[in-house]
Amino acid sequence: MFDFLEDYDLLGAFWTTVQLAVLSAVGSLIWGTLLAAMRVGPVPLMRAFGTAYVNIVRNIPLTVIILFTSLGLNQTLGVSLGANDVETINFRLAVLGLILYTSSFVCEALRSGINTVPVGQAEAARAIGLNFNQVLGLVVLPQAFRSSVVPLANVLIALIKNTTVAAAIGVAEAAVLMKEMIENEAQLLLISAIIAFGFVVLTLPTGLFLGWLGKKVAVKR
Amino acid sequence: MKLRKVTAASATVFALALTATACGGDNNEGGGSGSGDGKTITVGIKFDQPGLGQKTPQGYAGFDVDVATYVAKKLGYNEDQIEWKEAKSADRETMLQRGDVDFIAATYSITPERQEKVDFAGPYLLAHQDVLVRADDNKIKSPEDLNNAKLCSVTGSTSAQNVKDKLAPKAQLQPYPTYSACLPGLQNGAVDALTTDDSILAGYAAQSQFKGKFKLGGFKLTNENYGIGVKKGSDLKDKINDALEAMVADKAWQEAVDKNLGPANYKNEPAPKIGDIKS
Amino acid sequence: MSSVLYDAQGPRAKRRNVLLTVVFLVAVAALLWWVFGTLKDKGQLEWALWEPFVHTEAWSTYIWPGLQNTLKAAALAVIIALPLGAVLGIARLSDHAWVRAPAAVVVEFFRSIPVLVLMIFGLALFAEYTNVTSDDRPLYAVVTGLVLYNASVLAEIVRAGILALPKGQSEAAMAIGLRKGQLMRLVLLPQAVTAMLPAIVSQLVVIVKDTALGGAVLTYSELLSAANTMSGYYGANVIASFTVVAVIFIALNFALTSFASWLERRLRRAKKSTGAVVGAGDAEIAGTAGTGTGGTV
Repeated sequence: MFDFLEDYDLLGAFWTTVQLAVLSAVGSLIWGTLLAAMRVGPVPLMRAFGTAYVNIVRNIPLTVIILFTSLGLNQTLGVSLGANDVETINFRLAVLGLILYTSSFVCEALRSGINTVPVGQAEAARAIGLNFNQVLGLVVLPQAFRSSVVPLANVLIALIKNTTVAAAIGVAEAAVLMKEMIENEAQLLLISAIIAFGFVVLTLPTGLFLGWLGKKVAVKR
Repeated sequence: MKLRKVTAASATVFALALTATACGGDNNEGGGSGSGDGKTITVGIKFDQPGLGQKTPQGYAGFDVDVATYVAKKLGYNEDQIEWKEAKSADRETMLQRGDVDFIAATYSITPERQEKVDFAGPYLLAHQDVLVRADDNKIKSPEDLNNAKLCSVTGSTSAQNVKDKLAPKAQLQPYPTYSACLPGLQNGAVDALTTDDSILAGYAAQSQFKGKFKLGGFKLTNENYGIGVKKGSDLKDKINDALEAMVADKAWQEAVDKNLGPANYKNEPAPKIGDIKS
Repeated sequence: MSSVLYDAQGPRAKRRNVLLTVVFLVAVAALLWWVFGTLKDKGQLEWALWEPFVHTEAWSTYIWPGLQNTLKAAALAVIIALPLGAVLGIARLSDHAWVRAPAAVVVEFFRSIPVLVLMIFGLALFAEYTNVTSDDRPLYAVVTGLVLYNASVLAEIVRAGILALPKGQSEAAMAIGLRKGQLMRLVLLPQAVTAMLPAIVSQLVVIVKDTALGGAVLTYSELLSAANTMSGYYGANVIASFTVVAVIFIALNFALTSFASWLERRLRRAKKSTGAVVGAGDAEIAGTAGTGTGGTV
């Protein structure tokens, strides 16, 4: 019953999914934090940029963004992100697309986290003479991160699932393999169950762990 | 409390109205009617292949469309009695088996596997798998030169995989949802070649924006015998064969080739004899 | 809140901000310069490629039919998913474990699986086991995937909406002798539905965005795939077609997002309400018990 699986690189496909997710998660956390800093910062132009970025990017389908990284950035503008072969280029473009998209949600999750930090914290920090970078970096963001663990976990889980959209530019991850297997084998239910199981294994423990962590690190007020 | 119920109710009404209008837009109540009752005939074609079958603001255009129109005329249907349907590659056999369409002219190559499921009239065109490269690119002279080259094709197409499996194992494949997405990359050098049937490639190269920018490799990698697919056992097969013979005889066939594929300097094979399937 | 983070600006801070503004402006301008310069070099800004979009024929032949299909799939998905989600959400609040547990399993399962995987499954399922015509199959598959996923997300929104109501509501209802069914039907649901409206509208944005997957991977003729058909006819104006389609998506979703936050503001202001409002991002925060899969991402 499971014989046909030997012809397919199931683990390899899910490994690609994991790589896409991990690299994009790190990237979107960094870019998302910068965007959040811009949105709450003192420079009006950066605030406007942050707001515009978030409002535009989260309203475009991820599919369109990822197709754009390939058709626009790579095929037209000639950006290949330092790679030479098609597979690596597409993988990196997909990571870039996922970062551009996910960071807007990271930004919003962090901003809601920043809003949970009591005003007194920032006021006290300013009273002892800290400047904006210090107020944000030393006092507000550390607390904001702790209360945004759960919303950020939701963004991460959505990101893991969104890696399947990389299928649109042919990155060989789990959804591409699923399509290929369904076309070649008459085992629809079994194949779907296996792929679904793979994603449950990736997302469920992540959600449970981060949910637990969120409760553990939450600032008691 | 009352007010809130009204809000909820109006939201529901709004949502329902939205679907009603959204659904109202299209009513292609399909179902291939049997032939000859003087009403309409349903024909499957491609919608996104310039030169062969392309949806345009003025209707449908291309070689397959011209052939289908001619055939339908011989079967007793005027142009306005034809209902065009999009026949995507993967759906063609099912559409015929279920009777969604009466016949299909959509770059439909006759193969033994397909002949088990459907019947074919024709062939009406002999095409070959080929590559499209930049006009100034002299590196790709034989199929083996495709090694290490970046080869663009559409998702799920077998032609690119064939090249990789049989001729150039080191070729890199770039899949896109449609062939037209490959063209900017080919023009800019992000991919080196686009591979599929030469008739399809010629259709793209013939577009005015690309005149002189691309050329066909002329490799003749395979023989693709385009046939008109009909339901297994259908009596349409013989009638369509007669129509195709008539089309070649009264020069309408060559006119259609010249009109749709000519601008790309596509050197077509002579009209194939009915039933002469080159393997 | 943001203004609390920094002091009123003195002369030095003002100078620094001006400097930062200039540096940032130069960086953004340089990026745009490079993008447009390269696009121009590659001939992508030629008027011939963009010209079709100022004529109505491109809109009536390709874009409008595509947009209709996008809206159709989204609307069908919402209308089927809403009642399903309501049932699942209420079931998760049941007093009986044998109702609660299966509902929880269903909700958590479908929230952990990518909607694309559900769509691919749906497509193969309809092809193999039903006689849905090939015309309708992609639509059915897209709607199935969207319904399975969004019913579970909406279930969490419904649950959050009911949980957000003040406890006094249920207590008062029980005090006057209502049964559990009556409590839910007459007291909690009517208030929760209003409280949930903003979250439901935001979920529509997710649904509209996800229909694009149907175009890119399942051959559903929606707005994104209209860009493909269109670029075949207009001389492979891929960049132009995709840009126009992206702008339409942004406009549509921006309208929906704005409508959602307007609703939210209005409901929060309304004095007569219980004050319970489920905003765009609240559902996932409320649903911490399980995995919680980012309703709005």
